[in-house]
Parts: sequence; C-alpha cells; structure tokens
Amino acid sequence: MLRVVRRASMSLGKRAFLRIASILFALLLTGFILSILKYNSLQVYGEMVFGAVGSSYRIQETINKMIPLLIMGLGLSVCYRAQFMNIGAEGQFCMGVIGATYLIRLSGTSLGAMTIPVMMLFAVVFGGLWCLLPAFLKRFYGVSETLVTLMMNYIALKLVSYLQYSAWKDPKAYGFPKIANYPDEALLPKVFGIHIGWIIAISFVIIIYILLFRSKLGYEISVMGDNFETARYAGMKTTKILFSAALIGGGLCGLAGMIQASGIEKTMNDQISSGMGYTAIIVAYMSRLNPLALMVGSFLFAVLLQGGEYIQSSMRISSDIAEILQGMILLSILSSEFFTEYRVSTRKKADICSSHKTCSY
Amino acid sequence: MNDLVLFLQLAVQLGTPLLFATLGGILNDKVGNLNLGIEGMMMVGACAGFGVAYHTSSPLLSIVTAGVASLLLSLLYALVTVTFKGNQTVTGFAITILGTGIANFSGESLSGLTLSPSFIRIMGIQIIPVLINIPILGTVLFSQSYLFHLSLWLAFGLYFYLKKTNYGLIMRMVGENPAAADTSGINTTSYKYIHIALGGLLCGLGGAFLSLVFVPRWQDNIVAGMGWIAVALVIFSTWNPIKAIFGSYLFGLLRALSIKYQNISFRIGNNDISITSQIIDMLPYLLTIVILVLTTLSKKRENQAPAWLGKSYFREDR
Repeated sequence: MLRVVRRASMSLGKRAFLRIASILFALLLTGFILSILKYNSLQVYGEMVFGAVGSSYRIQETINKMIPLLIMGLGLSVCYRAQFMNIGAEGQFCMGVIGATYLIRLSGTSLGAMTIPVMMLFAVVFGGLWCLLPAFLKRFYGVSETLVTLMMNYIALKLVSYLQYSAWKDPKAYGFPKIANYPDEALLPKVFGIHIGWIIAISFVIIIYILLFRSKLGYEISVMGDNFETARYAGMKTTKILFSAALIGGGLCGLAGMIQASGIEKTMNDQISSGMGYTAIIVAYMSRLNPLALMVGSFLFAVLLQGGEYIQSSMRISSDIAEILQGMILLSILSSEFFTEYRVSTRKKADICSSHKTCSY
Repeated sequence: MNDLVLFLQLAVQLGTPLLFATLGGILNDKVGNLNLGIEGMMMVGACAGFGVAYHTSSPLLSIVTAGVASLLLSLLYALVTVTFKGNQTVTGFAITILGTGIANFSGESLSGLTLSPSFIRIMGIQIIPVLINIPILGTVLFSQSYLFHLSLWLAFGLYFYLKKTNYGLIMRMVGENPAAADTSGINTTSYKYIHIALGGLLCGLGGAFLSLVFVPRWQDNIVAGMGWIAVALVIFSTWNPIKAIFGSYLFGLLRALSIKYQNISFRIGNNDISITSQIIDMLPYLLTIVILVLTTLSKKRENQAPAWLGKSYFREDR
C-alpha cells in the first residue's frame, strides 16, 4: 500500500538535483515524441542550443530575450513572496510601454539626456499603479487578485492596440497603423553590443536580493507571505507591506516594458509583450522566487525561445516545438515539486497495524 | 431588420464555443480547480477534431475525437494539480502553452485543407421546421448548427446536475470544503479527476465548434484568446450554467460588434465620440472585473467563488 507523507525538509543539493532531473525528464520525453514523429531529437536539441549560444550575435539575441524575463521575474517574486498572486505581468509590462511612450509624446526631445530616466520613472509609475488597483481590491474588498490581474492584462493589451490604431497613430505613416519611432534621445545606449538593459537587470538582481533577504521590508514580506495573521499580531502594517510589494512588482514589470520598447522595438506596438509576461510567471515560479536562481531560469527560457526561432529557419521545424518543450519542462518541474514536499512510503498494511495494538484488521 | 437578425445569429454563433468552454470551466472551478488551461484544451480539441474530420468525414467521430483529445490534456492537468498537488495557476498556464504548441505543431499539415461538402452540410446550419417561423428568435435560435443545440442542452443539463442531483451536491462540497467531504467518506481525488476530465471534454467541443462549424478550416491559433474570455465568463456568470448561456451570447454579441464595425461614431452634444473595435474588445474583461467586485461585495452565498478554488488538498493537513 502506498502512503503519502509530508516531508520535513529537503537539502538544497537534493532539491537542485531533483530540478535538473525533472528538466532532463522533460527533454527525454519530448525527444521521444520527436523521434516518433521521425525527427532526430538530438539534432533538434543541438541546433536549438547552437541557435541560442552558437555565435556572439546569437548570444546577444538570447540575452535580449532574457532581460525582460529576468526583470519581470524579479518583480513577480516580490509579489509572490507576499502571497499576492499577481499574474498580470503582461498587462503591467504594457502599461510601462504606454507610460514611456506617453512621456515621449509629452516632451519629445526637449528633456535631452534626462529623457531615459524620466521615461523609466513613467513606466515604473504606470506599471506600479496598474498593479496597485488589484492590491487595493484585494485588501479592502477581498476580491481575488489572481482573477483581476488576469483580466487587467487583456484590458492593457487592448489599450495598446487602441492607441496604436487610433489615438496615437503616426499621421506620417500613410495610414499604416503604427506609432512614430522614438527619437534617438529615447533609445537605450549599448554596452558590449547589448542595450544597457542587461546592466539594469543585474543591478536589480542585487537590489531585490538585498530587499528580500537583508531588509526590514523583505522580512515583513516573508512573514506576511508565510502567515497573514502572524504578521498582523506582530503589529506589522500589512496594508503597507502588501501595497509596497504590489508597487515593486508592477513597477519592475513596467520597467521591463520600457526597456523592451526603448532597447529593442524603438516604438510601441501591440506585439511588444508577445506573452513574455506569462513566461515570466513560469520563470519566477521555477526559480523558486530566488533572485540568483532567476538568472539561471530566465537564461534557460531565453535559450528555449531563441533556439526555437532558430530551428524554424535552419531545420524548417515549426518553433511550436519550443512551446511544447516549455510546457513539458514546466509540467515536469511542477510534478517534481511534489517530491520536495512529500514522501511516498511503501509500508505494508501489516506494518501499520503492528504499531497499533488495538488495530482490528 | 434582416440585418439585425443576421447580426444576432452571428452573435449566438460566436457565443457557442464560449458557452462550451465556460461550462467546462464551471465544472473545473466547482470542484475546486482553477483551470487556466482552457485555451490550450480548446486548441487541441479544434486540431484533433479537424484532423479526423478531414480524414474520415465522419461528424460523430470527429466530435468525439475532439472531446477525447482535450480530455487527455485535462487528465494531465489533473495529474499535476490533484495527484502531485502542483500550483494550479502555473499548471494552467503550462497546459495552455503545451496545448497551443501541440495543436499548432500538428496543425501545420492541416492548414489550407477543406472538409468535404457533405460534412459541412451536416455540421452547418440546420433549419428547424415550424419553430423557424417565430419572428426574430426563429432565425436566431432555430437556424443554427447541431452543436449549438447540444451546447444549450448541456447548459441546462449541467445546471440540473449541479443543483438537483446528489453527485452535483457532493462535487460542490469537494470544491468548497474537501476536508469535510473526505471525512464523510467521499473520494475527493476521483471526484476531482472525473469533473476535470469532463470539463476538458467540454472545452474540446468548444474548440471543435470553431474548426468544424464556424470557420470551418484549420488556422494557426484558431482559438485566438477565446479560452481566456471563457475564463472571464466563468466568473461573469458566477459559476451558474444558466447565467453562462446569457453571458456567452452577450460576449458573443460584443465580439460580433467588434468584427462587424471597426469604428462606431456618434455625436453627444458637440462631442464626436468614436468607439473602435479595440474598446469593444476590452468590455468583456472590464465587465468581468465589475461583476467580480460586485459579487464579492454582495456576500450572497450562491454567487461566491468555491471556497477551496485554487488550493490543493492534502489529507494529513486538515
């Protein structure tokens, strides 16, 4: 007879091993499916890795994909640690793009060198406020933030296309629905061939690490996330903590939007988020909300995305393979979590009985 | 007048896949599992249904395959969330990503193919004699496909099942308080598995409606976000299958509006007001948030989300 028992705790090493094993399991399983479909799965994986890190240009492309995932993942980790189940990264990202573009429309090039910092500020405020509303509804009316943030994603996405197709449409684009490109002052400078988003991302890894593990707010967030009542009895200002977490989370997602708009797209359009907000949720979750692990997790997913695009052109295999792999890896990790929390013991019925003298069967 | 009738007929057609998926979502939510995988399940259903329809031209077989394919995907969801107690939100996303990937990948060879005329005739609009003569409603409701009628009967059936049968009562109990259900000797795991699987089946039928009746062709990303509207609709209808009927057709109407009219302009006083299709597309989600806030505030018991929604249950924690 199989019994499931809660485990006391698992060592870090074992956990890391389990995580790697579950990723390998997903790769094996997908590889098996691929070989049924008459593809050489080793070749597919090889090409994916080659497409992601095979040359300096490809590494740059992979890091470009990693930056927004990492920054949003950091923001989401703060939210999740406070038990604020924000799945609205996509929407907050879009609001960040809207905020940044709004500033360009307001000021044009008049701010000079200050354009980029002010754009960032606008993006953080727009994203943060977009995330504060569900936090407000949760705190004062008890409305589920999961559902509200999910709905607000679509509202933000539609808002972007509304602005692109009507209100902010570039009159000089011959009726083509696009927003005017950013002026040069609004484009992120490059360091080592990659826009400075990577420096911002690494700085935030350190900042969020200190915030979570070395600051009072971080401590309060973890206490409140662990048990809301404990935090309240200890006299913590739970409303303030919740709202701070929401503002930090939404603000970072907004910042990621600004970086994508200014560093990659050079304008705003309704394809800009392309589901990255959802991928970031997955990345945050599989990195166990740890800023350092997030660097590995976001890199892995960036490799998957970039490699998937590459095999589409090099092997003429649809990039949907990358999506299937993402799904498989994720499901495999989600299932493996079970073994970090629980243990399956195979005690026989007789053994259970022998420990209870009055056992009747 | 005739335009209005045709427009309403389109709204109902657009509402039908939503209704199927919403009923599936209600089944999942009521047993305590928040399912964000609806989009992926619809995709898989649409793809499998179309594939079988193309090769066999058998309506029944293709509908059954669509249902079974997405049922299998929902079993995977159940395995991860119920047996392995994985996070339901993230698992739902994973199922959507996986389902969309599988469907688009296997659908690549199907794009551009057309179904046989006899198949389309059977699956397409059927005029029901006598009833068709009712003004307006006759055309709107009685010149629709068989699948439309199936979705309506399923909604009524599900309402009856949830509110009037013992099984429905027990499955709601599992969603509200699994510990209490467990204590009274109910096998919560099998209740969850069965209802998640049935929910997946319904989502698959919703997808099949798109690829077999509405379009009827295979397109990349054929579901195009309808699964997420269904997630909203489950909340909008406060987990009630009858309200889901009206909600689906209302959201179908909004979609029809945004497809038919790219831009609606009118004047109020001296202001030109123009509503573009993007603004209309926003409305379902906006309305859902409003309804969510109102139902949470009203504290009416029967309108609330299931108490254990989104949490996994472990017997030894109770």
